[in-house]
Amino acid sequence: MNKILWSALLTLTLTACGTTSGTKATVEDRTGSKADAAMASPSKAGSSGVETTALDGKGVGGSALDGSSYAGDPRKDPASPLSSRSVYFDYDQFAVKAEYRAMLEAHAGYLLSKRDARVILQGNADERGSREYNLALGQKRAEAVRKALAVLGVSEAQIEAVSFGEEKPRKEGETEEAYAENRRADVVYADE
Amino acid sequence: MLRITLLSPLLFLAFLSVSFSTNAAMEIQVIGGAANKITVAMVPFQTAAGQPMPVLTQIAGDDLVRSGQIKLVDVSGMQQPVDLAQVNYGVWRSKGADAMVIGQVTALPGGRFDVRFRLLDVIKQTQLAGFSYTISAEQWRATAHQIADLVYEKLTGTPGIFSTRIAYVQKQGKRFELRVADADGQNPRTVVRSNEPVISPMFSPDGNRLVYVSFEDKKPVVYVQSLQDGSRRKTAAFKGSNSAPAWAPDGKRLAVVLTRDAASQIYMLNVDGSGLTRLTQGGNIDTEPVFSPDGNTIYFTSDRGGSPQIYRVAASGGEPRRVSFSGTYNVSPTISPDGKLLAYIGRDEGRFRVMLLDLSSGQTRALTDTARDESPSFAPNGQAVLYATVQAGRGILGTVSLDGKTHARLSESGIDAREPAWGP
Repeated sequence: MNKILWSALLTLTLTACGTTSGTKATVEDRTGSKADAAMASPSKAGSSGVETTALDGKGVGGSALDGSSYAGDPRKDPASPLSSRSVYFDYDQFAVKAEYRAMLEAHAGYLLSKRDARVILQGNADERGSREYNLALGQKRAEAVRKALAVLGVSEAQIEAVSFGEEKPRKEGETEEAYAENRRADVVYADE
Repeated sequence: MLRITLLSPLLFLAFLSVSFSTNAAMEIQVIGGAANKITVAMVPFQTAAGQPMPVLTQIAGDDLVRSGQIKLVDVSGMQQPVDLAQVNYGVWRSKGADAMVIGQVTALPGGRFDVRFRLLDVIKQTQLAGFSYTISAEQWRATAHQIADLVYEKLTGTPGIFSTRIAYVQKQGKRFELRVADADGQNPRTVVRSNEPVISPMFSPDGNRLVYVSFEDKKPVVYVQSLQDGSRRKTAAFKGSNSAPAWAPDGKRLAVVLTRDAASQIYMLNVDGSGLTRLTQGGNIDTEPVFSPDGNTIYFTSDRGGSPQIYRVAASGGEPRRVSFSGTYNVSPTISPDGKLLAYIGRDEGRFRVMLLDLSSGQTRALTDTARDESPSFAPNGQAVLYATVQAGRGILGTVSLDGKTHARLSESGIDAREPAWGP
């Protein structure tokens, strides 16, 4: 798990400073990419099998950076639980599992300490069945994380729970592995 | 980021008119016997030498066969009568024809054409209909569909739907296009291009607008777009997710699913986004609303009973009643234009298929034999259901007749099509 998160983190960092592809110019933001719809959707990374998915759900090409780029932003410190961003759910289950408690407590702590920070919880679902029903299932996962953060004292004004349903799979394919990867809610900060 | 394209049928028609003979990727599969079908001889229309060879009779013939109510006589090697005096009814009767269509295309000055056709009752040896059209070279397809509509209505008593349109979403790589095509899947025109998903399109009752859900803002937002000028507006962009739009029959209101107050719940609002009211209550999933044709009832999908099932509720509110009972996964309801039949997607032994429920008798049967069907939508005359399924890893569109015996594949091979909706 840590390895995956590390890769995701690295990708995020790379995304922040990578060159944006596509024809539509966007303002580059060193603290995190303001996603441009002209950029590609998630793409797969090399041999590790881990997708190079930025935390806003968009993978882009980038160039390597030295290790100092997350200095000062605890969310980008791989040693911090704040770098963990994905909550996985069992089939047809919508309860946040105990293993995510430390991670969500860390995010709640961050949000409580930074009242101007906003977080978007993006729910996802596997591809089986109706697209609209799956959108609602993804929403249920995002809502479960939202409630967990609310219980920890985070203001509703700082949280938005949305769903991508089955429309933006991190892993494609009709396999149990892909389905499990897509039964997920991601924690994404608005300034990333 | 997102480009709106105006519908420009004339340009596309001109191109397709020279290419659709090679473009005819349509497959029509008839399962089971041809009992009760009307047999029609579609005689190729006569054209003078040197004129473009329109495939009017092929387009119209495919339309009629796709209905499942008509079958065609093999006309190869037969005489090609152009007017009534040339018809030898006995010959056609011996070929099994109940009716026949004859016609003629004549070039006119200015690049226009005169198309005339007659529908004949072979048994009574009388003319059932006769029409002539003056058309431009871009109107071959539209004319063929109109001929099919007239023939179908005269023979079955039900209005044809061959001149109607469908909308669907095509995915190519990471790009999404919302398209509008003729009811046979041909003549597609792109109305939205996006690098983010687009789902759940639906035509307004007058056919002039589309409502759909776009993810371009990094969350689902409901848009209404004019097909006439391509302009559009956000109709529902509340906090959380905005999805599953459905037009009310009056064309003025929409049902949508919002998460602004709780889990996915059904709301009503005006097309301009005003007048929001909440229809369903509770913490469960309520989604995929559709209006009954009289506008008084909403059918929708809910997991309030533990598994997704179809329910109905008065459009004015009240206690929902469960409608689907067999199986543990029944979703995506669509109501026939007469309000008597409900088509939906049911899961049985891991297969998702188009099901048909007679609302008065409660009888249910499967219309398809595929495994990953989605997004059913009734033809405007109620005689067929349009749906999406997956074949060889790609999304395709198909229609099925209400007896489940006639299946047609609409989309061409090589594209990934999904989310179809049948419009007026």
